[in-house]
Amino acid sequence: MAAFGSFALLIALALAAYNLLAGALALRLIATGQPARISPERLADTARRAGIAGFLAITGAAFALIWSVFTNDFSITYIMEHSNRALPGAYKFSALWSGQEGSLLLWAWLLGTYGFVLRLTHKTDVKLYAYASTILAGIQVFFLLVLNFAAPPFALYRGAIPDDGNGLNPLLQYPEMVIHPPMLYLGYVGFSVPFAFALGALMMRYPGEKWIKVTRVWTLVTWLFLTAGIFLGMHWAYAVLGWGGYWGWDPVENASFMPWLTGTAFLHSVMMQEKKGMMKSWNVWLIFSTFLLTMLGTLLTRAGLVSSVHAFAQSSIGTWFVIFMGIVLAVCIFTYILQRSHLQSEQHMESLVSRESSFLFNNLVLLTACFVILWGTLFPILSEYVVGNKVTVGAPFYNRVAVPIGLFLLFLTGVGPLLPWRATSLKSIKRNFVLPVVALWATVIVCLAVGVRPWKDGAFSAGDFYALVAFAVSAAVMTAILSEFLRGAGVISRQTGRNLLVGTWLLTRRNTRRYGGYIIHIGVVIVVVGLAGSAFNQNQERELGLHDKLLIGPYTLEQVGATQDSNLNYNSEYAMLDIYRDGKKQFQMTPEKRVYLVSNQPQTMVAIHSLPSWDLYVVYEGTNPDTGQPIIKAFLNPLVGWIWAGLVILIFGTFVALVPSLSPATAALRAPAMRPAPAEPALRGGL
Amino acid sequence: MAAPAHFTFWIKSVQAMALAVAVCFSLGANDSSARYHDLNHRLMCTCGCAQLLGECNHVGCTESGQELSELRNYIATGMSDKQVFAAFTAKYGATVLAAPTTQGFDLVAWIAPFAVFAAALLGTILLIRRWAGLAGAKAQAAALEPVIDDPADRERKEKIRRETGVDGGF
Repeated sequence: MAAFGSFALLIALALAAYNLLAGALALRLIATGQPARISPERLADTARRAGIAGFLAITGAAFALIWSVFTNDFSITYIMEHSNRALPGAYKFSALWSGQEGSLLLWAWLLGTYGFVLRLTHKTDVKLYAYASTILAGIQVFFLLVLNFAAPPFALYRGAIPDDGNGLNPLLQYPEMVIHPPMLYLGYVGFSVPFAFALGALMMRYPGEKWIKVTRVWTLVTWLFLTAGIFLGMHWAYAVLGWGGYWGWDPVENASFMPWLTGTAFLHSVMMQEKKGMMKSWNVWLIFSTFLLTMLGTLLTRAGLVSSVHAFAQSSIGTWFVIFMGIVLAVCIFTYILQRSHLQSEQHMESLVSRESSFLFNNLVLLTACFVILWGTLFPILSEYVVGNKVTVGAPFYNRVAVPIGLFLLFLTGVGPLLPWRATSLKSIKRNFVLPVVALWATVIVCLAVGVRPWKDGAFSAGDFYALVAFAVSAAVMTAILSEFLRGAGVISRQTGRNLLVGTWLLTRRNTRRYGGYIIHIGVVIVVVGLAGSAFNQNQERELGLHDKLLIGPYTLEQVGATQDSNLNYNSEYAMLDIYRDGKKQFQMTPEKRVYLVSNQPQTMVAIHSLPSWDLYVVYEGTNPDTGQPIIKAFLNPLVGWIWAGLVILIFGTFVALVPSLSPATAALRAPAMRPAPAEPALRGGL
Repeated sequence: MAAPAHFTFWIKSVQAMALAVAVCFSLGANDSSARYHDLNHRLMCTCGCAQLLGECNHVGCTESGQELSELRNYIATGMSDKQVFAAFTAKYGATVLAAPTTQGFDLVAWIAPFAVFAAALLGTILLIRRWAGLAGAKAQAAALEPVIDDPADRERKEKIRRETGVDGGF
C-alpha cells in the first residue's frame, strides 16, 4: 500500500501541475486573443478534467493511508508512530490527522474535494470557474510538493519492523477528536475557494458583483465549518484537558480564530459591495488576508515558531510555507496593483451614523481583534528578536485587551441593524433604541441586585465588571433583534391574519439572509452570555478518603469508593462520588483516570453534570502517592451550557441564511391572503 | 433661553448613565483577600504545561506547589505585586509572568493594540466624513444638472441589475 499511496501522490502532483499550467495558458490565450494550435477553451477543459482526476488520485492516497492504519502496516513510519493494534476503529480514522504528514494529506484531499465540486459545477460561470480552478490548482501543487518531497506520509520505517505501533496520543482518543480536526480543516481549506474566486475575478476584471454572490455561499459554508471546528475544539479542551476551561489563548487556538475574524468581517462588508458597490478593494484584501492567515496558522502549528500544547513536532516544512506565503502575497499585490482601477467604489458613505458606517466599524473592530491576537501570538518571537528576552503572552494579556474589543463588537451587533441605510435621524434613533436601552439598564439593576458587582472582596474585579457589561449589552442586543423580528412579523400578521409565529416564519422565508443573520447574532449573544459566566467559576481541590466530603456551591461530593477497569488499549481507575444537594442524594459521578498501555501516558476523563445554570465538573487527578487516597478537583462553572446552545443556534442561523429567500411570486403563493401594504422599516431593504 | 428638546434628552441620558455607573462602582466591601487568587492567575506554572499557576492541574507537579507556596510567603511578608513579580522573574525568568510587564520593550505589547485601534478608528471617522462631504457635493451637483433620461442607458442598467442582482440584505 505504501507504494500505491506514494505513486498516487506523484500522479496527483503531475495532474495538479498540468491543471495549473494548462489552465493558466488557456486563460492567457483567451485574454489576449492570440491564435493557438489548440483551442483555448478545449485546453481549459482538459485542465479542468485534470483537476477532477487529481482529486481521484489524492483520494487514492488518502485511502491507502487509512487502509494501512486499519491493516496495522507498521512498515510505514507514520502508521508506526500514530497507531497501534488495540486502537479502536474510530480512532484509527483520526490517525489520519494526528501527525504532520497525515494532516497535510487530509488538507490536500479536502482541497481536492472542494476543487472537485467547483470543477463539476463550472457551468455556473465557465470563465470565472476556470480562473478559480487554476488558482486552486496552484495551491494544490504546493501541498502536493510538500507531501511528495518534505513530509511524505508513506515513508518506510528504517530497521526491523516493530510488532506494534506507538499508539495515538491519548489526548486525541476522545470522540470529538474524530470530528473536530476535519471540521477545522474544512474551514481552513475552504477559504481557499473564496480566495480563488476573488483573485480570479480580479485577474479577469469580472464585470458586476455576481462573483460575490457565488463566493458568498462558499464563504458561508466554510465559515460554518470553521465555527463548528473552533467550538468543537473548545468542547474537547473542556472535556479532556481537565483544567475547567475551554479557551486558553494558546497560539494554535489563536491561529484558528484569526481567519474566523477576518472571514466574519468579509461576510459583513461584502454586503456593502453587493448593495452599494462600496468597499471593493477592502473586500478583496479581506479574503486575501483570510487565506494568508489560514496559511500562517498552519505555519505556526508546524514550524515550531511558537510553543503550544497543540503544535506538531518541529520540522523543515516551515520554510516551504514561508516561501509559499511570500509567493501568494506577491501575486495578490501584483494583481491588485494591475487591476485596482476595476475596484473603484460606485458610491460613498453619506453619514457617520448609518448602516454603512456600522458595517465599517464592525470591520474595524473585527480586524483590530485579529491584530491583537496576531500581535499577542507573535510578540514572544518579536521580543526575543529585539531584546533577546522571550516573554509569555497568556490569558491575562488577552483578557485585558481583547475582551473590551469583543464587548464593543457585541454592542455594534445590536446597534448596526437598528440604523437605516444612508443616514439616520434623532427621531429614528429614539424610536429604535428606547427598548434596547431600557433592557440594558434593567439588566444592570437586576445583576447588581443578585450580586454581580464589579467589586469582589473589596477589590475591583475586572472579570465581574466585564461580565456585568456583557450581560447588559447582551440583553440590549437580544431586545433589539427580537424587536426587529416582532416588528416585521407584526406587519405580516396584520396583512395575512395569521398569528405572530407564522408571521415570523414567513418573514424569515422572505429574506433568509437578513433573518438568518439575525438568528446567528442571537447565537452569538447566547455564546457571549455563556462566556461571561466564567467570571463566577468556583473550584475546590481535596484529597478525599472514603466518605470524606467536598463542598462546592450548593453541592456536597462524598467519596464512596473507587473502581478499576482495563481493556487492550488502557487501564482505568474511577473515583465514585455521590452528589448531594440540600441533604438529598441527586446522582453519582465517576471521574476517570486512564493509563494508555502502549505509550504509558496518563489521561483524565472528566465527569460533567450539565444544567442550564451551571456545570458541575469533576476531575479525578489520581492518587496521592503518600496516602494512596484519590485527589478530586471540582469546578462549578456557571452558564457553560449556553456556549454550546449558542453554537447550535448559530449553526441553525447559518443554514437559514444559506436557504434562498422566497421570491415575491412564491411568497404570494405561500401566503395567498397577503395584500400589498405600506413598507415598514423592518421590511425595507436588507440588513 | 430653553435648550432644544433633543439636547435635553441627550443631557438627561448622559446624566442617568453617569449616575448608574457611579452606583455600580460604589457597591462592594473593602478588603483584599482576592490578591492571592489574582496573583496566581498572573503567573505561569513552570513545569511546561503552559497553564496559569492557579490553574495547573497536574498531579505531582513539582513546580506549581513550590511556586504557590513561595507566592503565599511573599504575600505574607508584605511584598508588593511588583516585588512579587520581580522575585519570581529573578528565579524563573521572564516567561514566568503570564503577560508582558509595562516596562521597557514589553510596554510595546500593551500600547500597540490600542494605538492601532485608535489610529484605525480615527482614520475610519475621517474617511467617512470625507466621503460624506463628497456625497453631499455630488448630490448638490446632481441637483443643479438637468436630468437626462436615456432609455437605452436605463435598459442597459436594468440588464446589468438583472444579471448581477442579488436578493436583499444580510
